[in-house]
Amino acid sequence: MLEFLKSLDWSPLWISLKTGVAATILSFFLGIYAARKVMRMPGGRRSFLDGILTLPMVLPPTVAGFFLLLLFSRRRPLGIFLYDQFGIKVVQSWLGCIIAATVISFPLMYRNARAAFELIDENLLYAAQTLGMPDRLIFWKVLLPAAGPGIASGTVLTFARALGEYGATSMLAGNIPGKTATISQRIAMVIQDQDYESAGLWVGIVLLIAFLSIFLLNRIAERSGRRRGSGRLMEGRKALFPSFGKKRGGEDEEGEGQWSSR
Amino acid sequence: MELSVKAGRKFPGFSLDMEFTARSGRLGILGASGSGKSMCLRMLAGILRPDEGRICYNDRTFYDGAAGIDLRPQDRNVGYLFQNYALFPTMTVAGNIACAVRGSRAEREERVSEMLSRFRLGGLSRRYPAELSGGQQQRVALARIMAYRPELILLDEPFSALDVYLKDQMQAELTEQLADYDGMVILVSHSRDEIYRFSSELLIVENGRIEEHGGTRELFQAPGRKVTARLTGCKNFSRAERCGEHAVRALDWGIMIRTEREIPEDIRFIGYRAHDFLPVWEEGPEQEGGGCGIKNAIPVGLKNIAELPFERNYYFRPLGEGASSDVLISCFLQRERWKEFDEKGIPRFLKLAEEKILFLR
Repeated sequence: MLEFLKSLDWSPLWISLKTGVAATILSFFLGIYAARKVMRMPGGRRSFLDGILTLPMVLPPTVAGFFLLLLFSRRRPLGIFLYDQFGIKVVQSWLGCIIAATVISFPLMYRNARAAFELIDENLLYAAQTLGMPDRLIFWKVLLPAAGPGIASGTVLTFARALGEYGATSMLAGNIPGKTATISQRIAMVIQDQDYESAGLWVGIVLLIAFLSIFLLNRIAERSGRRRGSGRLMEGRKALFPSFGKKRGGEDEEGEGQWSSR
Repeated sequence: MELSVKAGRKFPGFSLDMEFTARSGRLGILGASGSGKSMCLRMLAGILRPDEGRICYNDRTFYDGAAGIDLRPQDRNVGYLFQNYALFPTMTVAGNIACAVRGSRAEREERVSEMLSRFRLGGLSRRYPAELSGGQQQRVALARIMAYRPELILLDEPFSALDVYLKDQMQAELTEQLADYDGMVILVSHSRDEIYRFSSELLIVENGRIEEHGGTRELFQAPGRKVTARLTGCKNFSRAERCGEHAVRALDWGIMIRTEREIPEDIRFIGYRAHDFLPVWEEGPEQEGGGCGIKNAIPVGLKNIAELPFERNYYFRPLGEGASSDVLISCFLQRERWKEFDEKGIPRFLKLAEEKILFLR
């Protein structure tokens, strides 16, 4: 067994992890940025752009791969331009892995971030403004932490998705051992070679990473829940004091006590 | 101290049109739900941009549509206490307060600890907002505002989230905390008790417009408009038809009211508070021109009674000539007078004391 593990080419694990991390970082910033931008747009344009940005999530990855290939192929304008001007090669390269994984995982980050921002009580923003906090500080200190759990779960899902990307990656970056061969691609290959031993090992590794991601996600949700008053600690308090943490009524609550003497 | 506002904004189906100049340090804005009173505060704070107009506080211009001036909320130096307090959920009590202070770390820490002790929050400084009670949350929100040292403080329905017992306590506390504050404080509320207790100058708002403006005590005592009378707690209204300098017909109650006071030309309604009725059990001598023989008394029949801990509410139907059948007259009795009613039974007339009759537009 040890012999087998030693003889194994571990490069797919590192390539996958590297790709996953890089794509997650890219998607994280792009997704949050896009979420904030789209939220502030007027209705019609917002729906349109939202559709475009979410598309990679619903399209089959091979279709996304096809479009990426169309865009970055060295026989097409953008591909020619990138290669001639900067010597950048996207097709059949690790950069291709990153771009494919980013495009496919981006909608998860974008949608989670947007949902999280939309849930924030807008009075938090206004309170911060009326307390004289600069816009940048408001975003980093108030809005982002308030959206924290949603953003964190978006990040974990994005990472998991980027790590497992297969379809678009195989079309754009190909399956070059030691260079662009990710775990998913390696699994497909070894199964074609009927090497079920290696396939089983890689499948195990993927399972482990996927499970750890979900576990992490649950931990995040639990921790933030406790702090925000929906966790177990607060349940106890609510049982003791029924009015505690009660949702505050809006203006509709007529404040005219029945005993008022006037 | 002077706040002058002339600003409006149109929404689909609602338009806000505020125009007033307030000079007192404690201004109340009283209005029903959805009357636009909170929106008015939002315009003052810079959270809601008017379509046009001008907002000036002392020598500073917050907004001037014509001159293209629109100070950001950050630059107005206005403290805003939100109805739900809007504490930052991911920060501790101390962190929340520190957000309001600009300056070096030492300055911030000093001001935060000053506020913590002033608002008796010392033991709670490391707690998160969700771990605090409603009253404590409000104290933190107020401490956060005071740490900012605002020139103008806006209180948006600050007590509506608290239960009755806590409400009273927090009202006393807020009054005490703001006692030595020398800027203007504006309280928006739909509760006449809060407004009466807190403000010395009062705006009555309805449908996005200011209906009446004056001293709080004066407006409660002698409201000029029906909205004001209703918002200050008057329960009984009748359409009025002026029949001379000293006579007016209360159409919905079916009686003629004769007064020593002169009846204003533009009278449209008569108002009468539910606590001010004088019950009458016997009929007076027959008079010419009909009527029951008792001056300014409404013949009534009992509809129903609601008993409350300290008060009994009687609802009567007016039985005067031509009285409208869908009008109820509310007559509230404090506990001391229950005995009289228990002995004598249900009165047949409710007499109006002349000085308590409200002539309204």
